[in-house]
Amino acid sequence: MGAWYELIYFAFRNVKLRIGLTILLFFVLAAIFAPLFARYDPNAYVGPAAHPPSPEHWFGTTTFGQDVYSQFAHGLRLTLIVGLLGGSIGTLIGILIGLISGYRGGLLDEILNMITNIVLILPTLAILIIIAAYLTVRGFLVQSVFIGLTAWPWAARAIRAQTLSLRAREFVDLARMSGRSSMKIVLTEIAPSMMSYLFMVFILQFGGAILNAATLDFIGLGPTQAFSLGLMMNNAVLWAALELGMWWWLIPPGAAITAIVGALYVMNVGLDEVFNPKLREL
Amino acid sequence: MGLRVENLRVYYRTLRGYVRALEGVTFSVADGEIMGLAGESGCGKTTLGHSLIYLKPPMNYIEGQVFLDGQEVPIWDMKRMNEFRFRRISVIPQYAMNALNPTRKIGQLIADLLAAHGVDFKEILPELKRRLDLVQLSHEVLNMYPIELSGGMRQRAVMVISTLLNPSLLIADEITSALDVSTQKAVCEMIVEFRNRGFVRSTIFITHDISILYQIADTIAVMYAGQMAEKAPTEAILRSPRHPYTRMLIASLPQVGVRYREERLRGIPGAPPRLLDPPPGCRFQGRCPVAFERCVETPPFVEVEPGHFVACWREI
Amino acid sequence: MLALESVSKIYRVGVLGLGKLTAVSEVSFEIGEKEIVALIGESGSGKSTIGKMILRLIPPTSGTIRFEGKDIFSLKGKAVKEYYRKVQGVFQDPFASYNPIFKADRIFTMIREEFFPEISRPQWERKLEEALRAVGLNPPDVLGKYPHQLSGGQLQRFLIARALLLDIRLLVADEIISMLDASTRVDVLNLLAELRDRGLSILFITHDLSLGHYISDRSVVLYKGRIVEMGSTERIYSRPLHPYTEMLMASVPRIDQKWTHGEIRVERNAVGPSLGCVYYGRCPIAQEICARRVPPLIEVESGHQVACHMRT
Repeated sequence: MGAWYELIYFAFRNVKLRIGLTILLFFVLAAIFAPLFARYDPNAYVGPAAHPPSPEHWFGTTTFGQDVYSQFAHGLRLTLIVGLLGGSIGTLIGILIGLISGYRGGLLDEILNMITNIVLILPTLAILIIIAAYLTVRGFLVQSVFIGLTAWPWAARAIRAQTLSLRAREFVDLARMSGRSSMKIVLTEIAPSMMSYLFMVFILQFGGAILNAATLDFIGLGPTQAFSLGLMMNNAVLWAALELGMWWWLIPPGAAITAIVGALYVMNVGLDEVFNPKLREL
Repeated sequence: MGLRVENLRVYYRTLRGYVRALEGVTFSVADGEIMGLAGESGCGKTTLGHSLIYLKPPMNYIEGQVFLDGQEVPIWDMKRMNEFRFRRISVIPQYAMNALNPTRKIGQLIADLLAAHGVDFKEILPELKRRLDLVQLSHEVLNMYPIELSGGMRQRAVMVISTLLNPSLLIADEITSALDVSTQKAVCEMIVEFRNRGFVRSTIFITHDISILYQIADTIAVMYAGQMAEKAPTEAILRSPRHPYTRMLIASLPQVGVRYREERLRGIPGAPPRLLDPPPGCRFQGRCPVAFERCVETPPFVEVEPGHFVACWREI
Repeated sequence: MLALESVSKIYRVGVLGLGKLTAVSEVSFEIGEKEIVALIGESGSGKSTIGKMILRLIPPTSGTIRFEGKDIFSLKGKAVKEYYRKVQGVFQDPFASYNPIFKADRIFTMIREEFFPEISRPQWERKLEEALRAVGLNPPDVLGKYPHQLSGGQLQRFLIARALLLDIRLLVADEIISMLDASTRVDVLNLLAELRDRGLSILFITHDLSLGHYISDRSVVLYKGRIVEMGSTERIYSRPLHPYTEMLMASVPRIDQKWTHGEIRVERNAVGPSLGCVYYGRCPIAQEICARRVPPLIEVESGHQVACHMRT
């Protein structure tokens, strides 16, 4: 109890963490509330084409006269959901396989390692394309799961390596001599020791999922019904928004993705300080 | 003439203020003297060794003077120190075994080092070979990479390299602490041999192990929490220590022959003060059994018998 | 109480694990009740490996380790916990024994959760305080702190206190004072001796002969994974028989006697994996037979065994 309270106390005292968290929170809130203020269907042609921001259309309109704000609001929500889901699935599988493989060792490790390596060398994007092409109705859920299922191997490998080195530490020996079960040791000794590392894995998975989703969206294999920031950006690039000086079409989705991933990175650095009491005092 | 250090003050700069690692250290080492520098971890002995040759941030030179053979050594000036380093003041670092560049053969490495100091490798080669013989390394090692040598062999190679230009002062920093007892003895005897043959004139041998110093040192200096506590000829300091810290430290050493069942040794209660904000005066006062009012003033380091210096109000 | 029977540990090394590294070779010895046994050896002697095998942290390649008659590696489930209730260890580096992200007293909480879940909080606190006082610590000074806020000596005592919370019979102390300063080192040694007097057995693993001599009742000298000599500490120190023990005794720095200046002895290239005595490559009195046959441990006088062809 006390330990968690203290951790939270230090977390809130940490400037980097506060900055990162504020930015992230801003986008999460935006994803929740912004669509409520969107007056138009993101796909509908509602206004004059290629119009800069105005009181009528806050973020301007696209080449086709769609409302950019409505697209952004819905896109942000979906992007965060796909990133969160895909990133979580990838992180979870990676952590699970990495921890088990690294701590148990032996035959189980060899088998898991083999599976990891196989998935690792599969051409991820190609597989995603094939799978996506087979499904005629594609929801963001399916997309997230596929992204998560193909993104975990590097995470598993990195976590396995960390686990291997932590397993040999004397405090793990001490926990074993305290009669702790392997499961408990992994959960209470090894996992907490690489908490900031796990968070970094999650950030990279999160960012990766967002980018993977954008790529799929770009080649027309994204969700059939919905809208995402990736789709927006790629539409903008496709219709030469940059060359035509339509900054209002390109910047919101680009800035949002950059800000979200950037905030997560800053949080990671901050968390490292929070989790390591030695860094706290300086 | 040897080495003379006067009132040396070196602090570490940290985010929370200065750590007073060396506070007014004064001592001298004569020509041909091997001075053992002992003390517990954090007492400043390694800082002292480093500040005499390589005073780099976060170490901060505050005040004090160092003279070698009568000439002032500008330890605060990294650039001007270059002409002293290696040529006149040399060091065998704590992890000497890992101090060699792994991508160069030992011979090339020595040639590079000599070239940097304007010495011709060819000229010195015969002497180098004689010294390799002395430490029982075959001449083959010059054509080998560091990784091809065992830890003990590398240690000996570094010893030869460090002393190749016959420095006036050699600083050996905990060079035996990672070695097995048998190798330890060999390395210590080589240090004495180097002195006897005049390869080095004065030596400062830093270690936490007083029993090693008894074997090889002419004098022993004991430091406590950044200050010099006592310095005296080896026999004198071990048989009749004057500073309470030295007395308690020596009494706490288990020797071969002493057994718990027959004789109970005692440690020193308490812990050294934090050097970030040490108490004024003698830094040992908090653990000292004979401390009195006067100890809040810093005791001077005075000669109580010829060659025997003590910083304790009780002994003055 | 604890007996090692011909215990060996061989590690597979190199490409595909084809190479073999023998860390411990056919080691047998016993630890009796209320006894401190010093396990003496230099780096690479296999002394820590033996300690870890006794603590069930690594399995031996062959041989058995029995505690109160039972093979400790055949224990399952609850019996393992019961074993750890009686046998505990303390390691060399006090800082490495703590998870740096948690407070140091978490090691006690772990003991409470695993071994004493039924005990009430005030009762537990009393028990903990008792254990801390027994190792010479003042509870308010040391509880609730992070490992880096405590000194090495305090952390080491913490680990001993942790063991005292259990009903331990045997403590494996692996080089526990080599990282402590001289002024605190003796106090930890004295503590171990007091514990022995109160009924504990201790395996004291060390490379420092003077420390071993100070507290141990019996000594076991290891060289490259093999026992070269063992017997009562007094005997071994006053009359070492194996040339390796002799050499160790002669090179340990003392403050009452200077080294006899012989020739400077350094390791020469060790003779490759030989069939004979492990010390053959460095031995000053070796004969031809020493290269061919491994000398068995032979009892030369009551309780004093030596493995040397020349001295038995």
